[in-house]
Amino acid sequence: MEEKYIKDLEEIKDIMNRSTRFISLSGLSGVSTGIIALIGAFAAYHTVFKKQGYLVYDAVNIDAVNVKHLLLIAVGTLVASIVTAIFFTSIKTKMQKQTVWDVQTKRLLLHLLIPLVTGGVLCLMLLMKGFVGITLPLMLIFYGLALVNGSKYTLDEIRTLGLIEIILGLVAFQFIDYGLHLWALGFGVVQIAYGIIIQLKYKL
Amino acid sequence: MKEVLKDLDKAFENRIRLGIMSALIVNDCIDFNGLKTLLGVTDGNLASHLKSLEKSDYIDYKKEFLGRKPNTVYAATKKGTEAFKKHINAIEQLLK
Repeated sequence: MEEKYIKDLEEIKDIMNRSTRFISLSGLSGVSTGIIALIGAFAAYHTVFKKQGYLVYDAVNIDAVNVKHLLLIAVGTLVASIVTAIFFTSIKTKMQKQTVWDVQTKRLLLHLLIPLVTGGVLCLMLLMKGFVGITLPLMLIFYGLALVNGSKYTLDEIRTLGLIEIILGLVAFQFIDYGLHLWALGFGVVQIAYGIIIQLKYKL
Repeated sequence: MKEVLKDLDKAFENRIRLGIMSALIVNDCIDFNGLKTLLGVTDGNLASHLKSLEKSDYIDYKKEFLGRKPNTVYAATKKGTEAFKKHINAIEQLLK
Protein backbone atom coordinates (compact mmCIF):
# COMPACT_ATOMS: atom_id res chain seq x y z
CA MET A 1 0.00 0.00 0.00
CA GLU A 2 2.85 2.38 0.79
CA GLU A 3 4.25 1.74 -2.64
CA LYS A 4 1.05 2.88 -4.24
CA TYR A 5 1.24 6.22 -2.45
CA ILE A 6 4.92 6.69 -3.27
CA LYS A 7 3.97 6.15 -6.90
CA ASP A 8 1.08 8.58 -6.50
CA LEU A 9 3.43 11.27 -5.24
CA GLU A 10 5.81 10.69 -8.13
CA GLU A 11 2.91 10.95 -10.55
CA ILE A 12 1.72 14.18 -8.95
CA LYS A 13 5.19 15.70 -9.20
CA ASP A 14 5.54 14.62 -12.82
CA ILE A 15 2.19 16.05 -13.85
CA MET A 16 2.77 19.32 -11.99
CA ASN A 17 6.12 19.66 -13.75
CA ARG A 18 4.84 18.73 -17.18
CA SER A 19 1.83 20.99 -16.93
CA THR A 20 3.78 24.09 -15.90
CA ARG A 21 7.17 23.76 -17.52
CA PHE A 22 8.44 23.36 -21.03
CA ILE A 23 10.62 20.27 -20.61
CA SER A 24 11.31 19.47 -24.24
CA LEU A 25 14.23 21.83 -24.46
CA SER A 26 16.73 20.12 -26.70
CA GLY A 27 20.41 20.21 -25.84
CA LEU A 28 21.19 19.81 -29.54
CA SER A 29 19.50 23.11 -30.33
CA GLY A 30 21.89 24.76 -27.85
CA VAL A 31 24.85 23.14 -29.57
CA SER A 32 23.65 24.08 -33.06
CA THR A 33 22.90 27.73 -32.19
CA GLY A 34 26.27 27.91 -30.48
CA ILE A 35 28.09 26.72 -33.58
CA ILE A 36 26.13 29.13 -35.77
CA ALA A 37 26.99 31.98 -33.37
CA LEU A 38 30.69 31.11 -33.65
CA ILE A 39 30.48 31.14 -37.44
CA GLY A 40 28.66 34.49 -37.29
CA ALA A 41 31.25 35.97 -34.94
CA PHE A 42 34.06 34.70 -37.16
CA ALA A 43 32.46 36.27 -40.23
CA ALA A 44 31.88 39.55 -38.39
CA TYR A 45 35.45 39.59 -37.13
CA HIS A 46 36.79 39.23 -40.64
CA THR A 47 34.48 41.89 -42.00
CA VAL A 48 35.69 44.42 -39.47
CA PHE A 49 39.36 43.52 -39.16
CA LYS A 50 40.42 42.00 -42.43
CA LYS A 51 41.91 45.07 -44.06
CA GLN A 52 44.02 46.03 -41.11
CA GLY A 53 47.57 45.32 -40.09
CA TYR A 54 48.57 43.93 -36.74
CA LEU A 55 49.78 47.29 -35.50
CA VAL A 56 46.48 49.10 -35.83
CA TYR A 57 44.45 46.46 -34.06
CA ASP A 58 41.97 48.65 -32.24
CA ALA A 59 41.43 51.08 -35.07
CA VAL A 60 38.21 49.43 -36.06
CA ASN A 61 36.94 50.85 -39.27
CA ILE A 62 33.23 50.50 -39.74
CA ASP A 63 32.00 52.16 -42.89
CA ALA A 64 28.60 51.95 -44.55
CA VAL A 65 29.48 48.84 -46.56
CA ASN A 66 30.81 47.07 -43.48
CA VAL A 67 27.71 47.90 -41.47
CA LYS A 68 25.61 46.46 -44.24
CA HIS A 69 27.67 43.28 -44.16
CA LEU A 70 27.51 43.10 -40.38
CA LEU A 71 23.74 43.50 -40.44
CA LEU A 72 23.47 40.73 -43.03
CA ILE A 73 25.65 38.46 -40.88
CA ALA A 74 23.60 39.30 -37.78
CA VAL A 75 20.28 38.59 -39.50
CA GLY A 76 21.66 35.40 -41.06
CA THR A 77 22.94 34.17 -37.69
CA LEU A 78 19.64 34.97 -36.00
CA VAL A 79 17.49 33.27 -38.63
CA ALA A 80 19.72 30.17 -38.83
CA SER A 81 19.73 29.87 -35.01
CA ILE A 82 15.95 30.11 -34.74
CA VAL A 83 15.39 27.59 -37.53
CA THR A 84 17.76 24.95 -36.08
CA ALA A 85 16.47 25.51 -32.52
CA ILE A 86 12.88 24.96 -33.66
CA PHE A 87 13.96 21.91 -35.68
CA PHE A 88 15.71 20.10 -32.80
CA THR A 89 13.05 21.09 -30.28
CA SER A 90 10.21 19.76 -32.40
CA ILE A 91 12.07 16.46 -32.82
CA LYS A 92 12.40 16.19 -29.07
CA THR A 93 8.76 17.04 -28.39
CA LYS A 94 7.78 14.30 -30.82
CA MET A 95 9.99 11.85 -28.93
CA GLN A 96 8.35 12.86 -25.66
CA LYS A 97 4.90 12.70 -27.24
CA GLN A 98 4.14 16.29 -26.36
CA THR A 99 2.73 18.97 -28.60
CA VAL A 100 5.15 21.74 -29.53
CA TRP A 101 2.67 24.58 -29.49
CA ASP A 102 0.96 24.21 -26.12
CA VAL A 103 0.37 26.45 -23.13
CA GLN A 104 3.80 25.75 -21.65
CA THR A 105 5.58 26.72 -24.88
CA LYS A 106 3.60 29.93 -25.19
CA ARG A 107 4.26 30.84 -21.57
CA LEU A 108 8.00 30.22 -21.95
CA LEU A 109 8.19 32.16 -25.22
CA LEU A 110 6.31 35.13 -23.79
CA HIS A 111 8.63 35.39 -20.81
CA LEU A 112 11.71 34.99 -23.02
CA LEU A 113 10.55 37.46 -25.63
CA ILE A 114 9.78 40.44 -23.38
CA PRO A 115 13.41 41.13 -22.37
CA LEU A 116 14.73 39.79 -25.68
CA VAL A 117 12.66 42.09 -27.91
CA THR A 118 13.37 45.05 -25.60
CA GLY A 119 17.10 44.38 -25.96
CA GLY A 120 16.82 43.83 -29.70
CA VAL A 121 14.99 47.10 -30.30
CA LEU A 122 17.41 48.97 -28.05
CA CYS A 123 20.41 47.51 -29.92
CA LEU A 124 18.90 48.49 -33.27
CA MET A 125 18.32 52.05 -32.02
CA LEU A 126 21.92 52.30 -30.80
CA LEU A 127 23.15 50.86 -34.09
CA MET A 128 21.25 53.56 -36.00
CA LYS A 129 22.97 56.20 -33.89
CA GLY A 130 26.34 54.65 -34.63
CA PHE A 131 27.10 52.99 -31.30
CA VAL A 132 28.17 49.67 -32.80
CA GLY A 133 30.50 48.53 -30.02
CA ILE A 134 28.11 48.51 -27.09
CA THR A 135 25.45 46.50 -28.88
CA LEU A 136 27.48 43.30 -28.36
CA PRO A 137 27.63 43.44 -24.53
CA LEU A 138 24.00 44.60 -24.49
CA MET A 139 22.95 41.55 -26.53
CA LEU A 140 24.63 39.29 -23.96
CA ILE A 141 23.00 41.09 -21.04
CA PHE A 142 19.50 41.09 -22.47
CA TYR A 143 19.82 37.47 -23.61
CA GLY A 144 20.89 36.55 -20.08
CA LEU A 145 17.97 38.47 -18.56
CA ALA A 146 15.58 36.75 -20.95
CA LEU A 147 16.90 33.32 -19.94
CA VAL A 148 16.65 34.09 -16.22
CA ASN A 149 13.11 35.38 -16.75
CA GLY A 150 12.08 32.32 -18.76
CA SER A 151 13.84 29.76 -16.56
CA LYS A 152 10.85 29.51 -14.21
CA TYR A 153 8.95 27.87 -17.03
CA THR A 154 11.55 25.40 -18.21
CA LEU A 155 14.60 23.43 -17.06
CA ASP A 156 16.39 24.84 -13.98
CA GLU A 157 19.76 24.89 -15.75
CA ILE A 158 18.60 27.78 -17.92
CA ARG A 159 18.75 30.11 -14.94
CA THR A 160 22.50 29.64 -14.39
CA LEU A 161 23.08 29.86 -18.14
CA GLY A 162 21.29 33.24 -18.04
CA LEU A 163 23.39 34.45 -15.11
CA ILE A 164 26.60 33.49 -16.92
CA GLU A 165 25.49 35.44 -20.01
CA ILE A 166 24.70 38.51 -17.88
CA ILE A 167 28.14 38.40 -16.22
CA LEU A 168 29.85 37.98 -19.60
CA GLY A 169 27.85 40.96 -20.87
CA LEU A 170 28.99 43.14 -17.99
CA VAL A 171 32.61 42.04 -18.47
CA ALA A 172 32.26 42.81 -22.18
CA PHE A 173 31.06 46.31 -21.29
CA GLN A 174 34.17 46.90 -19.21
CA PHE A 175 36.58 45.43 -21.76
CA ILE A 176 34.76 46.70 -24.80
CA ASP A 177 37.69 45.98 -27.20
CA TYR A 178 37.04 42.29 -26.61
CA GLY A 179 33.30 42.65 -27.11
CA LEU A 180 33.20 40.31 -30.09
CA HIS A 181 35.39 37.71 -28.36
CA LEU A 182 33.18 37.69 -25.29
CA TRP A 183 30.09 37.63 -27.49
CA ALA A 184 31.48 34.53 -29.21
CA LEU A 185 32.29 33.04 -25.82
CA GLY A 186 28.75 33.66 -24.48
CA PHE A 187 26.64 32.83 -27.52
CA GLY A 188 29.04 30.23 -28.90
CA VAL A 189 31.19 28.35 -26.40
CA VAL A 190 29.00 28.63 -23.28
CA GLN A 191 25.87 27.83 -25.27
CA ILE A 192 27.49 24.71 -26.75
CA ALA A 193 28.71 23.58 -23.33
CA TYR A 194 25.22 24.00 -21.87
CA GLY A 195 23.68 22.21 -24.82
CA ILE A 196 25.93 19.23 -24.18
CA ILE A 197 25.18 19.24 -20.44
CA ILE A 198 21.42 19.35 -21.04
CA GLN A 199 21.63 16.72 -23.74
CA LEU A 200 23.51 14.31 -21.46
CA LYS A 201 21.37 14.99 -18.41
CA TYR A 202 17.95 14.75 -20.00
CA LYS A 203 18.61 12.07 -22.56
CA LEU A 204 15.60 9.85 -22.83
CA MET B 1 -2.82 5.15 11.61
CA LYS B 2 -6.62 5.00 11.56
CA GLU B 3 -6.80 8.78 11.87
CA VAL B 4 -4.57 9.25 8.84
CA LEU B 5 -6.53 6.84 6.71
CA LYS B 6 -9.65 8.86 7.35
CA ASP B 7 -8.02 11.89 5.75
CA LEU B 8 -7.22 10.05 2.53
CA ASP B 9 -9.74 11.19 -0.03
CA LYS B 10 -11.66 8.53 -1.94
CA ALA B 11 -11.98 10.93 -4.86
CA PHE B 12 -8.19 10.81 -5.37
CA GLU B 13 -7.82 7.05 -5.17
CA ASN B 14 -7.96 6.96 -8.94
CA ARG B 15 -4.77 7.91 -10.83
CA ILE B 16 -6.53 9.94 -13.47
CA ARG B 17 -8.54 11.97 -10.97
CA LEU B 18 -5.36 12.53 -8.99
CA GLY B 19 -3.65 13.64 -12.21
CA ILE B 20 -6.45 16.07 -13.10
CA MET B 21 -6.31 17.60 -9.64
CA SER B 22 -2.48 17.88 -9.63
CA ALA B 23 -2.54 19.75 -12.91
CA LEU B 24 -5.34 22.09 -11.85
CA ILE B 25 -3.61 22.93 -8.55
CA VAL B 26 -0.57 24.41 -10.29
CA ASN B 27 -2.43 25.98 -13.24
CA ASP B 28 -5.18 28.58 -13.08
CA CYS B 29 -7.16 26.64 -15.63
CA ILE B 30 -6.69 24.03 -18.34
CA ASP B 31 -9.02 23.14 -21.19
CA PHE B 32 -10.31 19.66 -22.00
CA ASN B 33 -7.79 18.96 -24.74
CA GLY B 34 -4.93 20.20 -22.60
CA LEU B 35 -5.86 17.72 -19.88
CA LYS B 36 -6.29 15.00 -22.45
CA THR B 37 -2.77 15.34 -23.89
CA LEU B 38 -1.27 15.87 -20.45
CA LEU B 39 -2.73 12.69 -19.00
CA GLY B 40 -2.83 10.64 -22.17
CA VAL B 41 -6.39 9.39 -21.75
CA THR B 42 -9.37 8.99 -24.04
CA ASP B 43 -12.20 11.54 -24.29
CA GLY B 44 -14.75 9.34 -22.60
CA ASN B 45 -12.48 8.30 -19.79
CA LEU B 46 -11.46 11.87 -19.03
CA ALA B 47 -15.04 13.14 -19.22
CA SER B 48 -16.31 10.63 -16.70
CA HIS B 49 -13.57 11.44 -14.19
CA LEU B 50 -14.13 15.16 -14.67
CA LYS B 51 -17.82 14.63 -14.04
CA SER B 52 -17.17 12.84 -10.77
CA LEU B 53 -14.82 15.59 -9.58
CA GLU B 54 -17.46 18.14 -10.53
CA LYS B 55 -19.99 16.25 -8.46
CA SER B 56 -17.80 16.53 -5.37
CA ASP B 57 -17.44 20.27 -6.10
CA TYR B 58 -13.69 19.88 -6.40
CA ILE B 59 -13.51 21.39 -9.85
CA ASP B 60 -15.44 23.97 -11.77
CA TYR B 61 -15.84 24.46 -15.49
CA LYS B 62 -16.59 27.26 -17.85
CA LYS B 63 -17.68 26.98 -21.45
CA GLU B 64 -16.00 29.30 -23.88
CA PHE B 65 -15.94 29.74 -27.60
CA LEU B 66 -12.72 29.66 -29.58
CA GLY B 67 -14.00 31.19 -32.77
CA ARG B 68 -16.90 28.85 -33.42
CA LYS B 69 -15.61 25.85 -31.53
CA PRO B 70 -16.89 25.34 -28.01
CA ASN B 71 -14.11 24.92 -25.49
CA THR B 72 -14.52 23.81 -21.89
CA VAL B 73 -12.03 25.17 -19.38
CA TYR B 74 -11.56 23.52 -15.98
CA ALA B 75 -10.29 24.98 -12.72
CA ALA B 76 -9.92 23.70 -9.16
CA THR B 77 -12.36 25.08 -6.60
CA LYS B 78 -11.35 26.21 -3.13
CA LYS B 79 -12.91 23.09 -1.72
CA GLY B 80 -10.96 20.94 -4.18
CA THR B 81 -7.65 22.65 -3.39
CA GLU B 82 -8.17 22.09 0.33
CA ALA B 83 -9.17 18.47 -0.15
CA PHE B 84 -6.08 17.90 -2.29
CA LYS B 85 -3.78 19.42 0.32
CA LYS B 86 -5.38 17.30 3.01
CA HIS B 87 -4.94 14.20 0.89
CA ILE B 88 -1.23 14.94 0.28
CA ASN B 89 -0.68 15.59 3.98
CA ALA B 90 -2.31 12.28 4.80
CA ILE B 91 -0.01 10.49 2.34
CA GLU B 92 2.99 12.19 3.90
CA GLN B 93 1.90 11.12 7.37
CA LEU B 94 1.41 7.61 6.13
CA LEU B 95 4.86 7.41 4.62
CA LYS B 96 6.64 8.79 7.69
